[in-house]
Amino acid sequence: MSAALIIIAVTIIAVLLLGLRARHGKDMNLEQWTVGGRGFGTILVFVLMAGEIYTTFTFLGGSGYAYGHGAPAFYILSYGCLAYVLSYWLLPPIWRYAKQHRLIAQPDFFARKYDSPALGVLVAVVGIVALVPYLVLQLKGLGIIVNAAAYGSISPDVAICIGAAVVTIYVMVSGVHGSAWTAVVKDTMILAVVLFLGIYLPIHYYGGYEAMFTAIQAAKPGFLALPPQGESLAWFDSTVLLTALGFYMWPHTFGSLYTAKEERAFRRNAALLPLYQLILLFVFFVGFAAILQVPGLKGPDIDLSLLRLSINSFDPWFVGVIGAAGVLTALVPGSMILMASATLLANTVYRLFHPQVTDVTVSNLAKALVPVIALVSVLFTLQGGSTIVALLLMGYAFVTQLFPSLLASLLPHNPVTREGAFAGICVGVATVAATSLTHTSVATLLPALPEALRDLNIGIVALLLNLVATGIVSALTHRRTAYA
Amino acid sequence: MAFVKYLAALPFLGILVGVPLLNQVEPLILGLPLVLVWIVLWIVLTAVIMTIIYICDPANRDTPESRQ
Repeated sequence: MSAALIIIAVTIIAVLLLGLRARHGKDMNLEQWTVGGRGFGTILVFVLMAGEIYTTFTFLGGSGYAYGHGAPAFYILSYGCLAYVLSYWLLPPIWRYAKQHRLIAQPDFFARKYDSPALGVLVAVVGIVALVPYLVLQLKGLGIIVNAAAYGSISPDVAICIGAAVVTIYVMVSGVHGSAWTAVVKDTMILAVVLFLGIYLPIHYYGGYEAMFTAIQAAKPGFLALPPQGESLAWFDSTVLLTALGFYMWPHTFGSLYTAKEERAFRRNAALLPLYQLILLFVFFVGFAAILQVPGLKGPDIDLSLLRLSINSFDPWFVGVIGAAGVLTALVPGSMILMASATLLANTVYRLFHPQVTDVTVSNLAKALVPVIALVSVLFTLQGGSTIVALLLMGYAFVTQLFPSLLASLLPHNPVTREGAFAGICVGVATVAATSLTHTSVATLLPALPEALRDLNIGIVALLLNLVATGIVSALTHRRTAYA
Repeated sequence: MAFVKYLAALPFLGILVGVPLLNQVEPLILGLPLVLVWIVLWIVLTAVIMTIIYICDPANRDTPESRQ
């Protein structure tokens, strides 16, 4: 057993103990388990929200994308800041409504606003579908870390299973309180590790940032700007817009909004969180430093670049520290995602068929579903094939389809009808599902289109179709109700 | 507050319009590619803009009425 693996194992055990402690003395009813009794102040909400944002996706996916794709990775730096601007006005009304009606999960919100339990179920299904690739990418990240820290002595597949088992146990012992406290530890650790790597590696290998970027520009001219086709400017703008609008549509993010004690916490965070994005800059520096030092990683292997470079640069014990930080970045969001999908299934779907069911039963069912969902995700993860960033973008394309009907429902006079919301979400999700299953894009479907339109993110195209369907069906059903 | 809140449109312009206009590696500024520096600048400006909006928004004043 390598020193790296020992450090990671100790961290995992410490985190499990912390999770147990957080639960100690708390009465865990369904509201406690999922939304922490709505008693978290600004700092904890800040940490919890930041904790979800800084995941394996940023740590391994962000550095890997910078390594393998170059400038297109900058979209990750850009969308958060636009999402926070939106959050200033978007989150407080959602929180007020959720508090007033004592809502537990995202589908409850849609079901209430549109007075339609069926719409709630549709939203739950969309949420679960979108969460699967998100959970898969966390498990993939855990697998990569455990495999790298064991210096290859544990196979990637076994490493993924170990990771999934840890997340499952963690969720089952701690619920959201565990997430909040671990998030504090995790954010401190990831901040220190990323800053160190992002400063040390470019200086160690190149002598400084200017020298590093000059070397990359000489070796791969234009790699650090957006390319004229493929991941072009049209791709960048459409992807930034898609992910900024979808940012708060994730079921687990939506759920964590409910944990706030007061609405001002969101407005304060809208001013604080953009700065937090700057950590990403250092993640990119690590990926860029790896380009000329560990060349040759292709396809899904680009996600390995940070750890490969770390193994080449440091002693095993320090690789262990980096790996431990990485494990935490997968564990906290992974647990939130698992919990959100279990609650979604139990609370919305099960309750629809058994309306008389008690909170205790739903809560127990949600806990029982946790290992089942984890197992399904492991099976998907073992299929492999996609990079971490591609997985997240697929999830985003799904959840963003909820944005139009959510936004409309916050207006004083909602122009969208129940049928309109239903149709729009179905059309949007069907478009994303059809194109991801058949691996098509706008470019392959309509090659005659001008370059700028061909490179559009498919999620934005789906969103436009969604808007059209929502508009038409709402107009039709509106008139009918007016005549009736 | 009435007009201050329109400042919130600036980050969208800065990123979605600004990045296409400044999509180039050189000149390196502070050692970083130009387009990257531009994005970082907008992250900092977004924080500044949202702080101004927060301060000017009467909903955030600490009066008993505005406390929810």
